[in-house]
Amino acid sequence: MKMTGAQILVECLKREGVDVIFGYPGGAILPVFDALYDADINLVLVRHEQGAAHMADGVGRATGKPGVVLATSGPGATNLVTGLGTAYMDSAPMVAITGQVRSYLIGNDAFQEADVVGITRPVTKHNYLIKDVKDIARITREAFHIAQTGRPGPVLIDFPIDISQHVTEFVYPKKVSIRGYNPPKAGAPQNIDEAVALINKSKKPVLYVGHGAIVSNASKELKTFAKKANIPVTTTLLGLGAFPETDPLSLKMLGMHGTYYANHAVQECDLLIALGARFDDRVTGKVSEFATKSKKIHVDIDPSAISKNVQADCFVIGDAKAVLKEMTKKVKKLKTGPWLKKLSDWKKNHPLRYTQGEKEKLKAQYVIDEITKRCSRGTIVTTEVGQHQMWTAQFWNFDKPRTNITSGGLGTMGFGFPAAIGACFTQPGKDVWCVAGDGSIQMNMQELATAVDHNLPVKVAILDNQYLGMVRQWQEIFYDKRYSYSHIPGPDFVKFAEAFGALGLRATKKSEVPGVIKKAQAHKGPVFIHFAVKKEDNVYPMVPAGKSNSEMIEGMA
Amino acid sequence: MRHVISCLVENHFGVLASVSGLFSARGFNIDSLAVGETEDPSVSRMTIVAKGDDGVLDQIIKQLNRLVDVIKVFDLAEENRITRELVLAKIDAPPSIRSEVIQVVNTFRAKIVAVGPKIVTIEITGTESKIDAMLELLHPYGIKEVVRTGLVAVSRSPEGNKASIKGKKVAKKTVKKKAAKKKVRKKKLVRK
Repeated sequence: MKMTGAQILVECLKREGVDVIFGYPGGAILPVFDALYDADINLVLVRHEQGAAHMADGVGRATGKPGVVLATSGPGATNLVTGLGTAYMDSAPMVAITGQVRSYLIGNDAFQEADVVGITRPVTKHNYLIKDVKDIARITREAFHIAQTGRPGPVLIDFPIDISQHVTEFVYPKKVSIRGYNPPKAGAPQNIDEAVALINKSKKPVLYVGHGAIVSNASKELKTFAKKANIPVTTTLLGLGAFPETDPLSLKMLGMHGTYYANHAVQECDLLIALGARFDDRVTGKVSEFATKSKKIHVDIDPSAISKNVQADCFVIGDAKAVLKEMTKKVKKLKTGPWLKKLSDWKKNHPLRYTQGEKEKLKAQYVIDEITKRCSRGTIVTTEVGQHQMWTAQFWNFDKPRTNITSGGLGTMGFGFPAAIGACFTQPGKDVWCVAGDGSIQMNMQELATAVDHNLPVKVAILDNQYLGMVRQWQEIFYDKRYSYSHIPGPDFVKFAEAFGALGLRATKKSEVPGVIKKAQAHKGPVFIHFAVKKEDNVYPMVPAGKSNSEMIEGMA
Repeated sequence: MRHVISCLVENHFGVLASVSGLFSARGFNIDSLAVGETEDPSVSRMTIVAKGDDGVLDQIIKQLNRLVDVIKVFDLAEENRITRELVLAKIDAPPSIRSEVIQVVNTFRAKIVAVGPKIVTIEITGTESKIDAMLELLHPYGIKEVVRTGLVAVSRSPEGNKASIKGKKVAKKTVKKKAAKKKVRKKKLVRK
């Protein structure tokens, strides 16, 4: 059947199972928008292309299938760069399609032209410039394949407008074959045997679990493995939810703002089993002093992550789920009794803590605690970036995978709110919470218009301390309290929400908190809740940058 | 330490940019990069000379493999490789000292490719050490301009690292087409 390039693209998207696209129109992408007018796929019109990218990212992280973004050429495409980088750093699947000027004008400084392929090369897993209408179907198939297999990532397709109007016979490729791209699946059997041999000998092992375990949908296998072998589990920020934190084997999060007991467990263990994690500097602290007493096993699907930061004594390249299944067959129940007792003593004596007196100024940690207590299990929470992000990681109840959506690698302020909007589309009718700081929410709050437009149940808890909290904390500890431009006034968030047609609520005292949360949950559309919290409060524990995890500052309650 | 890495890449525009972008983003030092088509026109071969210790080399190879446009990466170990480079150099050679320059050229089995009233242009191929030695000898006469291609290398192994190892499908198609044509021709002859 003869179709235009734009129609072919839309048909291919349908065949990939896409039912929602986040986008914003423009000259170069008009033919695609025209093809969408009659199609079954719904486009969510955003207010800034960056919002569209973060929404698609939210979809990708919540489901494992790529979220789709559609933007025009020039400024539309360049507005996607931060969103692509956010997905790239956290290995989230995404497919971005940008319009481009007529192919014979490329390189001519045409109107709304940008070298998008060049600009996005460092922030995408792969990108394409379509040069022939006959390539569209193959490229779209390849893009989706690359985005969601192996170590996921964003893939961009640059689509010149003249090609989108050319007509050709639509041929849908039966399969995808890219000779330079063959992600591994199962681990090599001899490496698995080597790993299991090491595990069976160890007395003080620790499982260090990252995003890879969630991407691989390996939560069940992880639980089975950890419980069979009796090994404690700590997760990275992006690994939260891979292992239920209510389980006695859980050490919660490790790293710069992780728990005392997780970091000390890693420093004292004799075997560190890294599963889908990349030994990021927020986790290791001073690398030369990280987990020096232990041997390291590294299980990862990306060979380039192995021994990149920390030398692995044994590695298994493969999919976490498949590798765990194999390892579970051969692993024995370890004699970790004394080790687990030591860890549980540490847990008792060094818990995460805060105070919230009746007359005391509201604490962010208390608000987060109260919200998570009232949310059903499996509620998705997104966060922005900063102190509130760390407090959410510490105090929110994570026991299911794909419920923690946060920008870890790039640390993008302005990510959380649009990501929550995107996540709403993956579970119609169910609440999605977003914990935001007053600084972060101002970055993309224009997307409240999108949320109201679609009447989404997104509940945003704005923890307002009138500061860029994390910056202020560092200025307090390392820069002699010289608060250089970290004080940030904001608008009346309640009036702002009402101006957009959403519900605005406010709480300034402890006694008001349960009530506003209930009201927010009862309301059927978007809600902004403004919590006026203590102006200067610090996230503890903290490992100062460049220091070893053993030099953790525990701080006061 | 210097390493010679040979990789097979898709012969598309933008692949060179991907590889050089990768090296600059990760902070790897490239000494030279040479790229050209192989026996399979859809595949190019890139020869990269990079500096770094074993850990750096390991990362270079792994990061290159990660690129979708890179098909295969070979690390050519020192003992196991043949390297060559080509240089064109313009030497100051007024008639009074021209014969000296020509002597040096002949000693190194280089070629004179252009002669002018004051300048002689020579072409040298060989290993890096041979080229460096010759240029050093020519230095006192005055080297006006030097253009180096950068290293290309092959392994000494007899099987070779063929481009078409992965491109087998391409080769098969052409063979099948030729066979089909032959069949048609034969049929026509019989009928006549």
